[in-house]
Amino acid sequence: MVSPNQDVAFDNKIEGDIVISRLDAVINWVRSNSMWPMPMGLACCAIELMGTASARFDIARFGAEVMRFSPRQSDCMIVAGTVTYKMAPHVRRIYDQMAEPKWVIAMGACASSGGMYRSYATLQGVDRIVPVDVYVSGCPPRPEALLDALIKLQDKVKRSPSLKNLTA
Amino acid sequence: MSETVADDTTTSLQAKFPSATLRESLDHPAVNVPVGEAVAVLEWLKDEQGYDFLVDVTAVDWAENVSPRFTTVWHLYSTAKHTYIRVAADCADDADPVAPTVTQLWPAADWHERETFDLMGIKFEGHPDLRRILMWDGYPHHPLRKEFPLAGIETELPDIEVAEETEAKVIAAPMMGGPFVASNKGEMNMTDAEPRAKDESWNEKLPKPE
Ligand code: SF4
Repeated sequence: MVSPNQDVAFDNKIEGDIVISRLDAVINWVRSNSMWPMPMGLACCAIELMGTASARFDIARFGAEVMRFSPRQSDCMIVAGTVTYKMAPHVRRIYDQMAEPKWVIAMGACASSGGMYRSYATLQGVDRIVPVDVYVSGCPPRPEALLDALIKLQDKVKRSPSLKNLTA
Repeated sequence: MSETVADDTTTSLQAKFPSATLRESLDHPAVNVPVGEAVAVLEWLKDEQGYDFLVDVTAVDWAENVSPRFTTVWHLYSTAKHTYIRVAADCADDADPVAPTVTQLWPAADWHERETFDLMGIKFEGHPDLRRILMWDGYPHHPLRKEFPLAGIETELPDIEVAEETEAKVIAAPMMGGPFVASNKGEMNMTDAEPRAKDESWNEKLPKPE
């Protein structure tokens, strides 16, 4: 039996019981529950993204309400809208400026595949320039669909070998 | 369909500019003028006839083998009379069409002319800053010209670094048999109108080519 060291600043009256876990699980828990989005709102889907963020659907319930307009502070780029070829390099540059680890949600038909814009001006799917983790169908997807995508992404993050990636 | 619309303005316009002819129109009065006189006509309409509002500057591409191939069109509106007038001028050169700028009369013409230059390739002489406005600088085509396919033509991305990193290109979009078309009998049969079959380069069964 080890007697508690009073110098260590752990007070089980305040902090609760000690939880033993895997580091992976802790890292992933932290990462997946404070996923700060980089809102890449390029067309009509961005309106639905705003709806998802506001009171009725409230993406804050899933820890992703802090929309960061600086790529350096965000974890998950939500590409919400039509990506034109003129815009595509900027999307990629913003993605490159995001700190690792980073994820991408392609929201809506346009971001996933070019959508109805089979035309000379539109990138036929944002996965041609950035790696996409979750695709959301719909034109535009309902806020629930985006929340579902976020939950799916959180599941993916929770399954990832974060410690191995960090030490690799 | 060879109706023309005339009003007091077109009558006095033809009296003042004898080379102006009435242009086919189903709605507003419209005139054809020689491209060299276009600015004088537009200035006269603005200063003498009260057509103070430039609604649109655009152009028509009549087809590759037609001459004159390009027609520049100006739409004016009078905020006092509440009427429109359309002025059109054929561009002389079919390969390298040129039209005069009207930015000195209406500053609003600036972006209209840039758009017409971008998409149709009409060069507006005297324009202060004739750059592309929708497509990026350096894009090699004028997409609204008749010979340009809707799907586009394979080109490089505007940013060389990103193009190298991602190996992405501007590709001809897979049309999947589209775009939506109505039958020529006038009724819309949704089954036939669905974009289908003509372009099988990728669809639900064949994977998207890399
Ligand atoms: S998927 Fe639909 S709603 Fe979303 S950006 Fe494209 S056209 Fe707009």
